Amino acid sequence: MAKMNMLHAINSALDITMAEHPQACIFGEDVGYFGGVFRATSGLQEKYGKHRVFNTPLTEQGILGFANGLAAFGAPALAEIQFADYIFPAFDQIVNESAKFRYRSGNEFNVGNLTIRTPYGGGIAGGLYHSQSPEAYFAHTPGLKLVVPRNPYQAKGLLRACIKDDNPVIFFEPKRLYRASTGEVPEGDYTIEIGKAEVVKEGKDVTLLAWGAQMEIIEQAAAKAEEAGISCEVIDLRSILPWDVETIAKSVTKTGRLIISHEAPITNGFGAEIAATIQKECFLHLESPIERVCGLDTPYPLALEKEYVPDALKVFAAIKKSVEF
Amino acid sequence: MTNPNNISLNISHALEFIDGHALNIPTLKILSEDGDILDGATAPELDKDTALRIYSTMRFIRLLDERMQAAQRQGRISFYMQCLGEEAAITASAAALKQEDMIMAQYREQAALHYRGFSLEQFMNQLFSNEKDLGKGRQMPVHYGSNELHYLTISSPLGTQIPQATGYAYGQKLKHIDAQSGELSSEIDNVTICYFGEGAASEGDFHAGLNMAAVHKAPVLFFARNNGYAISTPADEQFKGDGIASRGVGYGIKTIRVDGADTLAVYAATQKAREIAVTTGEPVLIESIAYRLGAHSTSDDPSGYRTKDEEAEFKSNCPVARFKAWLLKQGWLNEEEDEAQKDKIREEILAALKVAEKVQKPALEELVSDVYDTPIPALQKQYEELKEHIKQHPDAYPITAGRIK
Ligand SMILES: Cc1ncc(C[n+]2csc(CCOP(=O)(O)OP(=O)(O)O)c2C)c(N)n1
Repeated sequence: MAKMNMLHAINSALDITMAEHPQACIFGEDVGYFGGVFRATSGLQEKYGKHRVFNTPLTEQGILGFANGLAAFGAPALAEIQFADYIFPAFDQIVNESAKFRYRSGNEFNVGNLTIRTPYGGGIAGGLYHSQSPEAYFAHTPGLKLVVPRNPYQAKGLLRACIKDDNPVIFFEPKRLYRASTGEVPEGDYTIEIGKAEVVKEGKDVTLLAWGAQMEIIEQAAAKAEEAGISCEVIDLRSILPWDVETIAKSVTKTGRLIISHEAPITNGFGAEIAATIQKECFLHLESPIERVCGLDTPYPLALEKEYVPDALKVFAAIKKSVEF
Repeated sequence: MTNPNNISLNISHALEFIDGHALNIPTLKILSEDGDILDGATAPELDKDTALRIYSTMRFIRLLDERMQAAQRQGRISFYMQCLGEEAAITASAAALKQEDMIMAQYREQAALHYRGFSLEQFMNQLFSNEKDLGKGRQMPVHYGSNELHYLTISSPLGTQIPQATGYAYGQKLKHIDAQSGELSSEIDNVTICYFGEGAASEGDFHAGLNMAAVHKAPVLFFARNNGYAISTPADEQFKGDGIASRGVGYGIKTIRVDGADTLAVYAATQKAREIAVTTGEPVLIESIAYRLGAHSTSDDPSGYRTKDEEAEFKSNCPVARFKAWLLKQGWLNEEEDEAQKDKIREEILAALKVAEKVQKPALEELVSDVYDTPIPALQKQYEELKEHIKQHPDAYPITAGRIK
């Protein structure tokens, strides 16, 4: 074990992959010698050479088109989109191509070797275009997998699982935690299963569910609730597509209450899908309506970020509302 | 001979490929580093007032950039971007336009905005995202915009303004359509200038924008700022062939390359380009060759990807000093006055900074306004709930709590 922050953990997962497969390539804007604007790919060009770790021209559409081709050839394609806010120029390549490669060709071709890494989320005074959480757009697309880690240990194990997975995966990295979150991480290889949620803390009165950077917020809210005598079960979804209905349903059957929190705007956010499914699975066990504490239906603001975000106080207010219903 | 492919065929019997670097487009240079008109070059017509206004804009932006870069280091603003090394390219191109021409910029073109009349206070209000910011405190620092000054508000996603410029310019041309005959008049009164970096020129939007402009004949001036770097990526990892200029030629657009540190060359080229656009209704591409002397932004550290020697080499070619030398030789400027002016501007900047810093942040309502023309019901409901929540926890939301009715 070694103490690592999330960037080190990601770097370590990439390093293992590069050593494992002679054709694995890392590419994206500024990822070469510079190591990416957040330095997630630091040192890898020196180690694996310019043919396998390289800067691309500034074109997300090009990066993903290239990645689809490389993955279709059979090489592990590790594409970085500098900020999740800039994944949209590549939307067509991801949603129409990566996601449908296998299906439309009858599995004559597939891009299972593709992994897209991209920093998402707010809390860094980044305003509209450096704070978005676009997971729900992709969650509406069959053929993709979506994964979001909450700490360095998860980041390395999940990223390795994404790379080994035989489907195109988007790995959303919570940029606010890149350096803020540190922890013990094995130096060697390991994977964490995709599609499994993790019960981070057991409790009996209400289930709190989130993913990525929002985990920290619901844990704070849970601590506040404990002080008020409310016992919270805290769950990290970890994987958005596919998502672990069973673990969530089991927990809600026990607690009778569910609060889902995500940074993205509430309307048609992924919380809506969870609420609908759990309502069906747990209808007779629910003690109160499923609550969502999410971003407002506005673009992500700058000056009024504090007001906009689903903070621990808002989650706590929802917990009280839920138990007092 | 012309065929349906719209190409005039030039038949050859030799199996020859044209090299990707075959074009070698010349670079217009008029002013020497010492401020003399070069042999064989012709200075553009530039009157004293315009020349001094260009110079004072460049000087102001240098001082503003210097101060705000420092303010970011002191933690007073969250982010900043300088245009160090490109002041001449940006200011002289803006000066060659009419006040009503549209400017669609990338983000490093504050000098063009100041030339148009954006005041020190307006800069500060945006940088501090206070309630007087025209953008209502929603975007990161340096995302300026002003409808009054015909300067489209900056959007962070790169390249998006390029096809938009084509569409806007097409609109400017259609203003002159005869409703009866459907014919366009031969003269257009306004054009759109569209600035972008050589990095942004790799985006799909660039290719879409240029092709649309060429085919549909939109009077847009594409101004490529080739400053050598896109964050850490040097130009040779960005494109092959002869720069961005050759792409203009490839799309069938009249193109010129200029020394971007040469105020007179940029002014002359833009003036001529504008004339072409208004008389023919067609687009023009200008590639300015300069060097990004500063860091990409305050979040960047160029020592990680370029050498001090390289920076020093380019520092000696200062666009502001070069133009100043010419002004001194013209007898239009004197050193003492210039120094006194600088001190005065520094003081004004500091004073404006202190004022803007204290202006309150936008009211809570600005969180939900402008998402739509009026908030839709779901958003209105969220707003009411948020107000209630803040009223119950005023200490947690000090910026807005005191002002909620
Ligand atoms: C679509 C998109 N992708 C990535 C970014 C992140 N980004 C911001 S500036 C920049 C480099 C731009 O370089 P260039 O266009 O050459 O302009 P310069 O900074 O050199 O003036 C990058 C990659 C972005 N803003 N938008």
